[in-house]
Amino acid sequence: MSAPTHQDDAAHGSYKSYLTGFALSVVLTVIPFWLVMSEADIGLGWALAVIFGLGAVQIIVHVHYFLHVTGTAEHGWQAMSMIFTAILLVIVLSGSIWVMFHLEENMMPAHEQIERVRNLP
Amino acid sequence: MSTATPSATDMPEYHVIETPHHDGEEHPHETGTMLGFWIYLMSDCLIFGVLFAVYAVVGQNYAAGPSPADLFEIDMILLSTFMLLFSSITYGFAVINMQQRNTAMFYLWMVVTLGFGLAFLGLEVKEFTHLWHIGATPSTSAFLSAFFTLVGTHGLHVTFGSIWLVVLLIQVGLHGLTAENQRRVMCLSLFWHFLDLIWIGVFSFVYLAGVLQ
Repeated sequence: MSAPTHQDDAAHGSYKSYLTGFALSVVLTVIPFWLVMSEADIGLGWALAVIFGLGAVQIIVHVHYFLHVTGTAEHGWQAMSMIFTAILLVIVLSGSIWVMFHLEENMMPAHEQIERVRNLP
Repeated sequence: MSTATPSATDMPEYHVIETPHHDGEEHPHETGTMLGFWIYLMSDCLIFGVLFAVYAVVGQNYAAGPSPADLFEIDMILLSTFMLLFSSITYGFAVINMQQRNTAMFYLWMVVTLGFGLAFLGLEVKEFTHLWHIGATPSTSAFLSAFFTLVGTHGLHVTFGSIWLVVLLIQVGLHGLTAENQRRVMCLSLFWHFLDLIWIGVFSFVYLAGVLQ
């Protein structure tokens, strides 16, 4: 059997790897919170980019240091199912936002609708 | 320890039977439970993904009610974020002590983890009751419906994770760190770290981005 048998302890992390992940998470948490709490004026677009960018990096940090996802764990099925889920999430999230954004633009303003109903024969 | 006798092979088994492996060591990974639990987590991830999508779509429909900037107290959110982050690393320490067969330290770190988890839940209950008190209920606006559904679902997960943690500690107390209990500890570890991961999305998307707009 080619499955690793004695690397389990390393795969579940050590004090060092947990502390590394923790330190990175603290930095990646404090920066966006500081940005919002100090009301630093860098423009809404940049602020959102920093918040979401660092959030995405922190998710990767957690996946690596806390969830210990590797390409070889469970013969690759763990990483494979995670990538599959990520693809589905991108489709659901971007699809929803895109479709509903346009729906709202195409909606008739409420007051016009009331007028239309009033003028019905 | 199972109560079923090993000789009764025709009896249905409702738990994973641990078979000793070639070298006699216990590998919690080799039953398939860990992969199955991981796939459950991925399906849970899709639930949260859909709730995030709902929040993204209706999160700015305030219906003349309060907006995130009126409601959210970012310093309290920072505090609860750190409660979850601390609980993540203390759970990691518990797992390390479990692998080193250090049951007393395992217990200590698990109880600390539970403490941070309950502190997080306490802060969330405080926030929700405050919102309820000032009239910001789910029926106020689409934004608040989506907010309570998303954040409440996460809070429920943490609640059930805490109940699981207590039950697991009782089981370890009764039977010790058997192979079955080690596997359960590893499953809850995935669950607990996963909830911290979802919380990154919540505080970035709902709270921080919310008060900026």
